[in-house]
Parts: sequence; structure tokens; C-alpha cells
Amino acid sequence: MPDTPQGEPSRPAGRCEVRFLLDGKIERVENCPPTLTVLEYLREVAHRTGTKEGCAEGDCGACTVVLGERTADGRGIDYRAVNSCIRFLPTIDGQELVTVESLAAPDGTPHPVQQAMLDQHGSQCGFCTPGFVMSLFALYLRNAMPSRATVIEALSGNLCRCTGYRPIIEAGVRMGSYPDPAHWSRDATARDARRARLDALHRDEPLRLPGFRAPRTVDEVASALEADPGSVLLAGGTDIGLWVTKQLRDLPPIIYIGNVSALKSIRREADGLRVGAAVSLADAWESLVDLYPDLAEMAQRFGSPPVRNSGTLCGNLANGSPIGDSIPVLIALGAEVELRCGPRTRHVPVGRLYLGYQRKDLAPGEFIVSVRIPLPSAGLWVSAYKVSKRFDQDISAVAAAFAVRIEAGRVQYARLAFGGMAAVAARAPATERALLAAPWSEAGIDAAAARLAEDFTPLTDLRATGAYRLQVAANLLRRFYFEHSDPREPTRTAEALAAMGLD
Amino acid sequence: MSIRHESAHLHVRGQALYADDIPLAANVLHAAFGLSTIAHGRIRSMDTTPVLASPGVIAVAAADDVPGENNYGSILHDDPIFAPGIVQYAGAPLFAVAATSYTAARKAARRARIDYEPLAAILDIRAALAAQAMVVPTERFERGRPQAALAQSPYRLQGTVTMGGQDHFYLEGQIASAIPQEDGGMLIISSTQHPSEVQQIVAHALARRANQVVVQCRRMGGGFGGKETQPALIAAAAAVLADKTGRPVKLRLDRDTDMLMTGKRHDFLADYDVGFDATGRILGLTVLLASRCGYSADLSGPVNDRAALHIDNAYFLENVAIVSCRCKTHTVSNTAFRGFGGPQGMVVIEQIIDSIARKLELDPLAVRQRNFYGTTSRNVTHYGQTVEDNIIEHLVARLAASSAYHERRARVAQWNAKHRIVKRGIALTPVKFGISFTATMWNRAGALVHVYTDGTVLVNHGGTEMGQGLFTKVAQIVAHELGLPLAAVRVSATDTSKVPNTAATAASSSTDLNGKAAQAAARAIRERLAQFAAETCCVDLSEVSFCDGQVCAGDRRFTFAELVQQANAARICLSSTGYYRTPKIGWDKKALQGRPFFYYAYGAAVSEVSLDVLTGETQLLRVDILHDAGNSVNPAIDLGQIEGGFLQGVGWLTSEELWWSSAGELRTHAPSTYKIPTARDWPPHFSVQLLDDQPNREDTIYRSKAVGEPPLMLSISTLLAIRDAIASCGPRGELAELAAPATPEAVLRALAAVGAGAKAGIEPPAGAETAA
Repeated sequence: MPDTPQGEPSRPAGRCEVRFLLDGKIERVENCPPTLTVLEYLREVAHRTGTKEGCAEGDCGACTVVLGERTADGRGIDYRAVNSCIRFLPTIDGQELVTVESLAAPDGTPHPVQQAMLDQHGSQCGFCTPGFVMSLFALYLRNAMPSRATVIEALSGNLCRCTGYRPIIEAGVRMGSYPDPAHWSRDATARDARRARLDALHRDEPLRLPGFRAPRTVDEVASALEADPGSVLLAGGTDIGLWVTKQLRDLPPIIYIGNVSALKSIRREADGLRVGAAVSLADAWESLVDLYPDLAEMAQRFGSPPVRNSGTLCGNLANGSPIGDSIPVLIALGAEVELRCGPRTRHVPVGRLYLGYQRKDLAPGEFIVSVRIPLPSAGLWVSAYKVSKRFDQDISAVAAAFAVRIEAGRVQYARLAFGGMAAVAARAPATERALLAAPWSEAGIDAAAARLAEDFTPLTDLRATGAYRLQVAANLLRRFYFEHSDPREPTRTAEALAAMGLD
Repeated sequence: MSIRHESAHLHVRGQALYADDIPLAANVLHAAFGLSTIAHGRIRSMDTTPVLASPGVIAVAAADDVPGENNYGSILHDDPIFAPGIVQYAGAPLFAVAATSYTAARKAARRARIDYEPLAAILDIRAALAAQAMVVPTERFERGRPQAALAQSPYRLQGTVTMGGQDHFYLEGQIASAIPQEDGGMLIISSTQHPSEVQQIVAHALARRANQVVVQCRRMGGGFGGKETQPALIAAAAAVLADKTGRPVKLRLDRDTDMLMTGKRHDFLADYDVGFDATGRILGLTVLLASRCGYSADLSGPVNDRAALHIDNAYFLENVAIVSCRCKTHTVSNTAFRGFGGPQGMVVIEQIIDSIARKLELDPLAVRQRNFYGTTSRNVTHYGQTVEDNIIEHLVARLAASSAYHERRARVAQWNAKHRIVKRGIALTPVKFGISFTATMWNRAGALVHVYTDGTVLVNHGGTEMGQGLFTKVAQIVAHELGLPLAAVRVSATDTSKVPNTAATAASSSTDLNGKAAQAAARAIRERLAQFAAETCCVDLSEVSFCDGQVCAGDRRFTFAELVQQANAARICLSSTGYYRTPKIGWDKKALQGRPFFYYAYGAAVSEVSLDVLTGETQLLRVDILHDAGNSVNPAIDLGQIEGGFLQGVGWLTSEELWWSSAGELRTHAPSTYKIPTARDWPPHFSVQLLDDQPNREDTIYRSKAVGEPPLMLSISTLLAIRDAIASCGPRGELAELAAPATPEAVLRALAAVGAGAKAGIEPPAGAETAA
């Protein structure tokens, strides 16, 4: 076994072995170190070496596996691709783990995903291949006949350095044309036998390991964190995983919130959309895009599918990075978080949560329960933009989100929020004031954009110079104007495709 | 034939074993390096006591613990395995620690207490040129009378072309396991393109003889040149620890360590002065061509040679002078990377030709065609090699027609006249790439073929498999020679105890070399079997044939296995070595003249892009490629090399940016910060074709051509398409200098330089700094 950061010799009461399904059998891992990653388990404990480590930070996808979990409505199984390199094994307790070794039929016949990869010459060095196979497999279960665009989106968390991707995309587009196998058929999610096997993993007592507990109610989380404010609250682990794999930190006791059903819900209420702290980024963005369709591109470019399947929206808020792309969006929309500390609850606008670089308005023992996003209001234009070196799965040089209402040719309401421009994501008050004072015109936009330098003094780093950030922030405001003043004029590079007659 | 990669069925099931997947004995130790945190300095003291005291740690090794030579330098011996008292880059290995787990070793490695005395560091090319700091002496390539030609030219341009480096980002990081054997032996499992060099360096480091060290490599998870010289460092450190502890030691670099510690593609700059006539024909050219080599020579000499040898690309340069400076900097020592300097040389000339066309307001393609090598005259390179196989005119004409280049160029212009925010650009660029190692001695290969009595065949050769399909092609060749189905032939791991003294799998030539060597071995066995069959059946040798697993001798038919069994019983040897050396080549390293290349591989590409003038974001919309692989041994595999090489080049020239802090620390050392292309970056519209009517004129294996590196340079079309879109925003005749990589920021800077900012109401980025 790999090193155990927390070595408590005595076993606490209750079930302390991690249990999950693998190839139809229940795997039991005793004395599981709380930060043992799924990848370490596979490679070093189970000696299943098909799953690879390429980066140990969730950015290359070589470690992609699929996790199956009962859906909230109890009707099926939700299978999703995740990065096993930063996912702690105890967090898959009660779930089904599917790896590249799991897919072929018992007689060795490759799964359609594998056969399509073979037929399209989709592998060269082969090191990234298991990860691609698993991302395609997750897609196959959801949509076996995907469009090219859907395939590309599903693969945006997988890096390949050999093929140029063309044959892999082709494999994804064609995988549905093969006979659906009995082993891992398209309707695997609805198979009674699979559900029954997962249900058999149900435990009456919450999982508890030395240094790890997984409460099931918000009250339990609140009291546990209040009792030990030094604990670390863990949800998807797409950030905390890196504390272990890259920073080699020994973590304090972990309170895992992924088993708290009250935190896993999205509710549409009269005053807004309420997204619980354990809701994945994938689900949260999907609901957000339902409300605000112009956020679709931001949603799609946030991390990658495996990251969005594990990570949570509230985790992105709690992390509070100056380059967390959800934060400017939620600031522009006027969202607020519900905070809980022991028995006490309070509400704070997202924009006021951040006091400075990595400093938040959170008391010891206090945590985010949910975020409430206001519903769209008539006439409000909402757009979000991201500029980075690479279109997919990159960190923004600048992210911007704007919510503006125009009435009678004047700006009546403006919330302009930016990421990457300061130590925290923030609104641009001087620019907003200028916008409100000016007519909705190119000159008015120019006048407002000129005020950005009063709001921000961005840094130069590996992603961009401060000067570029300032210039692009201003130009994103111009893009917003152009898009809403003359929708026929192309403002995005992809729009040129249609004009080539080849779209 | 389009045969699938020999390991594809294993790849898709996760059953292909890479170095980290091979089980080792239970007492295996895991190692990690301790790295320098400063770019240049003297180590006043290094205290590894806390490292040794860390949980699980068994041993630490530093410079003094190396029993033999503490060096892994490939050509010059200037690459210490462990820094001996002085560090020359941030990321330099200082020591290595072996512990009972991977994590324990990595944690322990961070606990050393090191006291440095910082020294002044040279961090970029300009600073090195100013200080005249070089890793190897400057070389001068010259032909004709360049200065006089410049003086007499009706038109003249001066400028600077710059391009960044590139990390290999092989998905499998560097790794080696060292397993002590009896009587001083050491078995090394290495992810390496150059097992023989690993063997030699491990032997030197351990003060052993070559016959005590065996290096094996079944496959790499990508190499791209990054596993040519670098693996020797990893293997040597693992071997020193294995030797010290008497236990197997696995040393796998985590991604950050890999990117901080190991060499990359050289970044280059070129200050040029070009003279030309009104048609765009180049009359004279002088270039100061300088690269960042890092702290040591590594392969920088030959890399820079190849850059200078490819500054002509497909163009006749009658009067040319190239001063090639190999700059020493206190950064990681740059190394081989697909193209090996060739791409950098070509970017220089392609940018220059583009500038000439813009200055003259001509179609850049017309200027390119105006300067192409001729077939009977204007056909000698600046290094004295006659271009005997020139097909560039034919190839480019075919591509221009099939891609509708001229019509599309007109449509792009119409679009650009109508739209002010999204602009489009198009460019066609050619590739002519010389095939062979410029160091003639490396153009050799050995193979070993065994036939077993069940009629199956096992092949070994000196080449290594990194995904490029070499093993597949060699298996095809051997199967073809013996008239066997492919399933009867297996290629096993590269192993220095089977085929010795091999060249690196590099320079695109591994099928040319190893394919020929394996062919020779297979033919030797076939001849013995044919002789035996002829004697047995009392027929003439000419009546014996091998086909479809059958051997026909006159009227008699045997299965291959039957014949083999009879031959074995008759005590005929069923095993053979094969050897090959490339003919015709020769290179005078002093005069910089000769025939370094057996032949040239050609290709061309048309890229079309769109560009957002507000942000500088670009998108590759369409690519059309026509590439020359001669008579392809395996079109499916060659297509994979072309497509993959192209997109890897696009990454180099657009999104992949290496960024150092002002203290010389690399800040882009993981995929979160260093951005190689993703699936979306493959263009939505594409046509990739092999040139089907031009067998290699030289006697290569089945008249095929090497295909590993040349396609990377097709990506220059994408860079110049972006430049074309930028130029459309400025006044005609404006040059629109564009630095690579063309990140959104670099594009916006270029837009500002042509005064395009005003069009979209944007100002130039004041005080913008450039990244290397």
C-alpha cells in the first residue's frame, strides 16, 4: 500500500472498509488511506495497469475511468467519466468502478468503442488510449450515435500527442454503428441486475475511516466541522486532489460531503435556482445554461467533462481562485451563497465572499451549503466570455460575464464581472458607472471600456501580460456590444466556418 | 498495406505494457530527484540528512556516489548526472533518493537543505549573443557572394523572425528501472529511443563494461526526440541507486519534474537581410541564426546544423550566408525534437518569403514557386548537395488545384473586405526535408531474425517503438520477404543483448534503416531455405517461391512450417542477423559540404484560419495536405504520422508557450499551464492525401520514404495563414511580423504593429513583454 498520511492504529466503530463494484464483484479495501487515489489503488494495489498516469492533476485524461452511481430518482445508474488520478478511493464507496479492462466481453471481443478505435487506427503510442476509450465509453452509454461536435466535447479532457485526434474523433462518431454488445450494452444504465448489484453496496452506517468521514446530513457536516474547524471539507476533489498529488501535502481529517443527499440537489424556487454544495459542475452548468443559454460556451469550456463530473460548483466558489470561471458569472448574475456554521445560517452575495487573494468571508467551521442564482428577468442580456491560449480545457487569461439591461437606448442596469484581472474575481465599478451614464452606442462602450484601468491593474504571468488582459477585457465589452447591436456581424472565429460553405 | 498497429489490440484494452507496468520484485525501491531551484549558482552546502531521515527512505545518491563517470553527455561530456558543486539551470538534478514508495521518495526529495551562492544567469538568446556565450563554436554556412548580391538587389528587407521552443509532452513521462543482476550485471528497463546509448552511459556511470549492462525497451508512450538523450540520465541515476542498495530501483518522473528537468525543442531567432527582384526571386540572403541551447551541448550542434541545412527549405538560395550561433543559457539543455532544427530553419525562410510577397503585394504562393529548386539547373543546395529527386513543383501544383487555393484566396479577400471583427487568412507552404542523420556514422542498423520450427518468426532490430509504427512496418517487411501472413511474425522488445551498437531511433530513418536490416536477415534465411528446398526437390533455385505461408519448389508444395522442420532436421541454421548502412552519403563537417542526405521527403499544406481582432484568438478552419511518402509501406500508419505531426506542429506554432520567470524558472511545467492541442484543434475540414505517383528514386525499402518528421513542418502553413489574416487588417505592403507561438496575445501584438487596432477600436498593448 502507498504511504498513509494519517496512520491511526485503531479502527473506529462502524464499517471502515471501502466497498465498490468492479467487474461485477464487490471490492473491499480495508485500512484504506483517505487520500489513496483511485489510480493508485488500480495500479499499485490491484495491479490493473491499463489506467495510466499522465499528469496527476486531472489535465491529460490518461487516467480516465467511469464511475456508476444510482441516480437520484432511483431509476437507473448514472455512468460518468472522471479523472482517477485525483479522486480519492473512499469517495467512490458504494459506486461502480469501470476501467479499460472492464469493457471487452468475457470471450475477449472488444467493445464497440474499442473496435471503432481499432478500425480507425485511433492509437499510436497507446498511452493515452485507455483514457480515450473510457471517455468514449461514457459517451456511448449516454449517446451511442453522437455528432462530431458531441464527440469533441466528450474528448476535451483527453490529450493525445501522436494522432492529431482525427481518427479518435472518427471512432467516436462511428462507435454506434457496431452491434450493441450484451456486455456493456447501451442500456446498461437501466439493467436491473446492475442496479441490484449497486444496491447491495448500500450501507446503513456512514463510511468512517481514520481521517475520513462521510456524513449524510447537513447537520452532521455542520457539527463535525464546528467541532473540528481544522478539518478539510471535500466534495469532488478536483482541487484538493492536487494538494496531495502535486503539493504532497498531508491533509487534516476529511469531511466528505458527496454522500449528503440534501447537498446534491438542484431546486428551482421562486427566488432562484438553488444549487447544493455537492452538485457536480456538469449538473450545475446544465441547469444554469437552461436558464441562461448564452452561458453554454462558458459551461462547455469550464475544465473538461471528467473535471466537471467530479468537481462541484460550490467547490469552485469555495476555492475562490481569481481565475475560477464560475465566479465572474455568478457575480454578474447576482447570485448569493448560503453559509452554515454550526446551527447558524447566513447569506452572502458571491461578490462579497472574497476579501483578497485566497481570503474569504468564512468563519472557522463555516461552509457553503448552496448557491442561489436569480432567475432570468425580462430584457436582461447576459453573456460570458473566456480568453485563453487554448479553446478547450484551459485556464482563462481573462474571463468576463456581463448582465446588462437597455431601455430606450440607455443602459439601465449593468453588472460587469471579470476573472483574471485582480487577486479575486470582481466587478468593475468605474466601468459600470460609465456605462450607466452613457448611451448604448459604440462611443458609449469605448468611453466605459477606457475606465477599466481604474478598476483593475492586472498582473503579468504565464497566461498573459497585464497589458493584454486590460486590452482584452475592454474588447470583450466591445464584443458584447457588437453582438447585441448587430447580431449579423460575426464576432467569433467559428462563424467563419459557415461562410466557407462547409459548416 | 494499411495494416493496423501491431499493438493496437493491446492499447485499446489497456494490456500494452509500458515501463511502469512491468512488475518488479517485491523489494523494489522507488526513486525521485532533488532539483535545483535556482538557475545558476554554486552549492555552498547540501544537507541530505533530512532526506535520509524521511519515512521509507533507504538511500540517497549525489555526485560523489557515482562509481564511474558522473556524466550522461551524448556528444560532449558536459551533462552531469548529479550537479557537482555548481548548478546551471533551475531544475538541474542534485541528488536522487530511493524509498519504499513513490510518494515517500518524492516527499523526501523536497526535504534537502541546500545553500546556494547565486551567480549571474544568462537566460535568453540575446543575452547569450551579447556575452558571446556558446555551447559549441559558431558555424558559418556560405555560398556565392551574398553581400555583393544584397548590395545589387533592387529590393531589400531586414527583419527578425522569432519562434519559441516546445515541450515534447509525451504522455508517458521519463522512466527507467534498474535491476541488479549476478556478477555485476545491471538490467535496465528504459523508455528510450536510444537503448545503446543508455547502455553505454550506465556502464560508464557504474564503471562497468558494456557486456554487463542490458537495456530493454518494448515500447514508449511517445518519444518525439525527447527520449533520445534524456533517458540516459534517468537510467543512470536509477542504476547508481540500484547498485548502491542492491535492490531494483524504479525512477519515474512526475510530470512537473519531467518538464522542469528535461530538454525541449530549441527556441530560435533569426536576424535576416534579404535582397530580391520585382518578381520576388531571392538574390541574396544573410541570416544570423541563433538558438537557445541551454547549459550544455547535448545534441545542439547537429540540431543547429540541421536548422542551417534547412533554411533553404524548397528554395534555391544562390548567394547565402548563415552564421549559426549555439547559445549557452542557464536554462534546461535543449535537445532533439521531431524535425531536429529543420522546422526552425524552415520557419525562418517561410516568414522571409511571406514578407517578400507582402512587400511586393504578390501572392505568397507565386513567390514561393518563383524560388523553388529547379530540376536541371538551380538545383544545388547551399551545402553542395544536388537535389536529384525534386518533385516540389509537381506536388504543389497538384495541391493548389485540389485545394482550390486561388479561388479560396479570392473568397478570403472578399470576406475580409466585408467584415471588421472576424478576419480570415490562407497560406500554402511546402516542405523539403533531408533524410539521414547528418552524422554519417549513425546511418546504420542491425536486425536479428529467428525462425522457429512451428513456422513462426521472431524479429529483433535496433529500432524502438514509440507509437510511430516501426515494429508494424518491420513485421510487414519480414512477413513479405518470407511469404508469410503477418500473424506469423512477431517483433519483440528492443534489447541491447540481441542487437548491439545501434543508432537512436531518430531522424525519421528507422524504417529505412531497420527495415533494410531486417529484410537482409530475412533474405539470408529465405535463401538458405530455398537452397534446401531446391536440393530436396531436385529443382533449380529459381523454381522455389515463398508465398502465403507456402513454399513451392517445382511441383512440390510445403507449408512454411513443414519446410522449416525439415530444414531444421537437416541442420540448416534458421536464424540470421542483418545489417544495413545507407549508401551514397557523406558529409564534410569542416567544410560543411557534401551529401548529408540520402534523399528528400516532400509535402505541402494549405491552411485556412479565422481570427478575432478583438482578442487575437484564432481557429484553424481547414487544412489540405499532400505528402510524399514514396511507395508507402503502410498508408494507414503514414497517414497517422502526417496528421499527428501536423497537429503537433500547429501546437508548437500557436498554443504551446514555454514561459520563464525573470529568475529563469520555467512556469509552464504541467498540462494545466502548457497547452498542447486538444481534439477541437483538429480542423473541422481537412483533406490529407499521400502523393501516390512518386516512388522514392533511391533504393530504400520498397521505395518508400521516411515520414516521421517531415509532416510536422506542414504546420508552418497555419502560422502563415494567421499572418495572412493579420496582414489583411493593415495597409497593403505592411509586413505584420508574427512571433511564434501565435498565442492570442502574440496575434494582438502583431495586429497592433500593422496599425489594425484602430479598426476595431483597440489600442496596442502598451509595454507588452514577450515570452520566449
